[in-house]
Amino acid sequence: MSGYIPNTSAEQQEMLRESGFSGFDDLYRDVPESVRLKKPLNLPGASSELEVRRELERLAAENTVYRHVFRGAGAYRHYIPAIVDEVTGKEEFRTAYTPYQAEISQGVLQSIFEYQTDICELTGLDAANASVYDGATAAAEACEMCRDRKRSRVLVSACVDPKIVSVVRTYSFGRDAEVTLVPEKDGVTDMEALASLLGDDVACLLIQHPNYYGDLEDMRAAADLVHGAGAKLIASVNPTSLAVLPAPGEYGADVAVGDGQPLGLPLSWGGPYVGFMAATEKMMRKLPGRIVGQTTDCDGKRAFVLTLQAREQHIRREKASSNICSNEALCAMRVAVYLAAMGPEGLRQAAVQSSSKAHYLCEKLEEAGFVRAYKGCEFFHEFVTDSPRSSELLAALKAEGILGGLPLDDHRILWCATEMNTREEIDMVAAIAKEVSRS
Amino acid sequence: MNFPKDLKYTGTHEWVKFEDEKTAYVGITDYAQDALGDLVFVNLPGEGDEVASGEAFADVESVKAVSDVNSPVTGTVAEVNEELADEPQKMNEAPYEAWFVKVENISGCADLMDADAYEEYIKTCD
Amino acid sequence: MKLIFERSREGRGTAYLPACDVPERLPAGELRKAPLRLAQVPETEVDRHYSELAQQTHGVNKGFYPLGSCTMKYNPAVNEYAASLPGFTDIHPLQDADSVKGAEELCSRLERYLAEITGMDAVTLQPAAGAHGEFTGLLLIKAYHRACGNTARKKIIVPDSAHGTNPASASMAGFDVVSIASDAHGCVDLDALRAAVGEDTAGLMLTNPNTVGLFDPNILEITRIVHEAGGLCYYDGANLNAVMGIARPGDMGFDVVHVNLHKTFSTPHGGGGPGSGPVGCRQFLARFLPHTGGAESIGDVRSFGGNFLVAVKAFAYILSIGAEGVPLAASNAVLNANYMRVKLADVYPMAYDTVCMHEFVMSLEKLHHETGVSALDVAKAMLDHGIHPPTMYFPLIVHEALMVEPTETETKETLDDAIAILRGIRDAAQADPASMHEMPLHTPVRRLDEVGAARNPVIKYAF
Repeated sequence: MSGYIPNTSAEQQEMLRESGFSGFDDLYRDVPESVRLKKPLNLPGASSELEVRRELERLAAENTVYRHVFRGAGAYRHYIPAIVDEVTGKEEFRTAYTPYQAEISQGVLQSIFEYQTDICELTGLDAANASVYDGATAAAEACEMCRDRKRSRVLVSACVDPKIVSVVRTYSFGRDAEVTLVPEKDGVTDMEALASLLGDDVACLLIQHPNYYGDLEDMRAAADLVHGAGAKLIASVNPTSLAVLPAPGEYGADVAVGDGQPLGLPLSWGGPYVGFMAATEKMMRKLPGRIVGQTTDCDGKRAFVLTLQAREQHIRREKASSNICSNEALCAMRVAVYLAAMGPEGLRQAAVQSSSKAHYLCEKLEEAGFVRAYKGCEFFHEFVTDSPRSSELLAALKAEGILGGLPLDDHRILWCATEMNTREEIDMVAAIAKEVSRS
Repeated sequence: MNFPKDLKYTGTHEWVKFEDEKTAYVGITDYAQDALGDLVFVNLPGEGDEVASGEAFADVESVKAVSDVNSPVTGTVAEVNEELADEPQKMNEAPYEAWFVKVENISGCADLMDADAYEEYIKTCD
Repeated sequence: MKLIFERSREGRGTAYLPACDVPERLPAGELRKAPLRLAQVPETEVDRHYSELAQQTHGVNKGFYPLGSCTMKYNPAVNEYAASLPGFTDIHPLQDADSVKGAEELCSRLERYLAEITGMDAVTLQPAAGAHGEFTGLLLIKAYHRACGNTARKKIIVPDSAHGTNPASASMAGFDVVSIASDAHGCVDLDALRAAVGEDTAGLMLTNPNTVGLFDPNILEITRIVHEAGGLCYYDGANLNAVMGIARPGDMGFDVVHVNLHKTFSTPHGGGGPGSGPVGCRQFLARFLPHTGGAESIGDVRSFGGNFLVAVKAFAYILSIGAEGVPLAASNAVLNANYMRVKLADVYPMAYDTVCMHEFVMSLEKLHHETGVSALDVAKAMLDHGIHPPTMYFPLIVHEALMVEPTETETKETLDDAIAILRGIRDAAQADPASMHEMPLHTPVRRLDEVGAARNPVIKYAF
């Protein structure tokens, strides 16, 4: 009666007998005696559900859930309509495997098809996959899409989130391929340096927009330079920003990637999130992972199915461009439900309010003596301040139950605001900042 | 099954049609397309790429499999049949019209069979 | 049924946000001009749309799901409750360590539990899925050989029965793949292995029990051969459910292991993810683990520490079943598989007719030859009976394969019903083979034109 095993001991014995085994030990006759575990596992004993709940509740309570959050840096707190949890909590969606049997998986398949459509709309590109693990692995996979025998070096802007850079480096270590950082200048990618680094061996540039510091890059200039050198442009983008900022397709990106977390996924201490990927039609077949396509069944009814599978590991094996199998389907569904619920106007509101509140916060912090770094740049919903009093400010905010921006070093802070932050809250931050400046 | 007399064939089921000694068209045979089933895509090399006899220069995809296509000749790709990207069914429907590449500067070739020899040969396959 | 975009009407929708309480400000410069054609639907329509989609989806909640290699066991409800606690869902990954002590305790305990179950010394929770774990584990092997100055060790040996992810992961990690044939029993051919190893061997990737559902009795010899050649041994944990608490990969001689929390440790698969693929290793490899910040670390394989909420569920599961429950789950998984195998073997020839582990592979080659009814036809016929079919056409070394994995969480009646249904399908296949190509008849949609889908890809809605 433990381990979610439904059959009683008597039934188990009956089944053993009926299948011709003398006991459980007999089932493991192929396992050499010398590798059998001779002692019980050093784990806690079984617990009742009530005890499990108590323990998990205790652990959850040991974490601080901040009511006021001004930290982003790759994980963003946005409003999630209640319908998102309601819909994606349905057990059919939660407990299904990858939709290999299309006849009984139309729900999951259609939801992915709709998600792919959403991602194409957001990015202004032609083809999207069913998701990868997160925004960083999406960026790393995109670099692999662009590499070929002649062009294997990847340029990465130094203004890309360092977590993404780290993952791109790890994937490149696997491929024994080179990664070169394009230096930062005044908070954005140094375009002159970019021009000098481009060459015949360069596969692509990975550039983030808005970048890690929240600043807007000159994406058209980057696209022109990169394309002029015969390389590809990968835009790593914040999906919320795409309601107001140009779609990657508009400025000529060949591949757009990002993390879908801001679209309906809770912060969850870093995961699960969902990496989205979209590409031009020309690069469609280089996309890694699952892709759902529309077709008909034998009665002529519209239906959906996993398609273009010959790209994938289960068919192409060592020649596959990626090994991805499981992705983040249920998280992708959260994105699709979020977008359906919010609609274009709701998403625009979230974007406009995030930008507006970040600008208001920036103004108030500047008034309090925490001046913005990289003043020459426009920003969306994140920005950096530079002040010798940074650590004191963050400590003072923490004491008031406010999660301030992310300290980049001992004087710079990366701030973020979204529609979740009220004016009152921002004014409170400003008041604390003023006090810190005065003391 | 149909094996035109004016073509030469490989043991790995490609056909080659020589324009002259240095130039030829290459595709897959009727036997190959039948064995592979409905083909949905072909990955072709680029113009100017070098191909070598007996080595894979393309692959064809069905829904659940991918198979290499070997080059019967050594030379340079002069032209690729872009049409196959839009109409992969041509490889099944008209395998001898659905050429993959035109190779020029041919400097060598694999052991090739004529139609009769190939027809005998495929009886030993399967 | 309609697509969400076909339910859309201009101007419809639900407002979720209050009015903006600060002056509206967008960055100066170029703004979006491209249309943004997201669906405009009120919440009632969203709700009904997804309810309809759910009706057209088969999950473990709806019925038997004996999908081989995927361990579709029951997903306990308490796991979901635990993962929905705001103390877990609403913490920022970049909060100070002193504000996430509970999360850190949970993860370090889970790492310890997984190390104990696999017989490893250190564990990382960062990899997001099984294949991601394979990639991570292989990078540990690569980093190790590099650190030892062995750059010539470029080859990873993979049996021909392996999951496609194994060779694909090896390629991604920069290795050349050497495929070795299996022996007549579906296990590693020791002579082939001896012939394959050498000074260029980086390691071996192995699933044990293997993909035909058998425990390789030569496992110690296998790992010894690889070690003696200077290679390392990688354990693909896809089939750990058969042996957890019974035999540990570490005791079999493996150096690196990945486990699938979404298979073995009861976390749901979500229609394709999120999963989680923690990697365990021996002490001498621990310095290369990802996400440690150490000088020799391979770096990061994704952002942040891993699929945390999936880890919460697996943690809750291990607490629930406890030390004694782990081997009990394994042995009942093996019992259920053998029970089904024995009761089907007279009508469905087994690829390897011997005691199996948690799954078994039937070969329908004879049936196909005699009646034209294929493994696919039998699988499709099962759909009409509310059973998810077994894994089809895998492993590649068995013709007309159906791989059945019942798991330990199914009742004897469920197994008996499935046995009766499979026997009935076999009778029908012999009585009226032609009708089998028409199955299924009663599913939301019937057999699909997959060729058409691949030839003319339509992968988004045409507005």
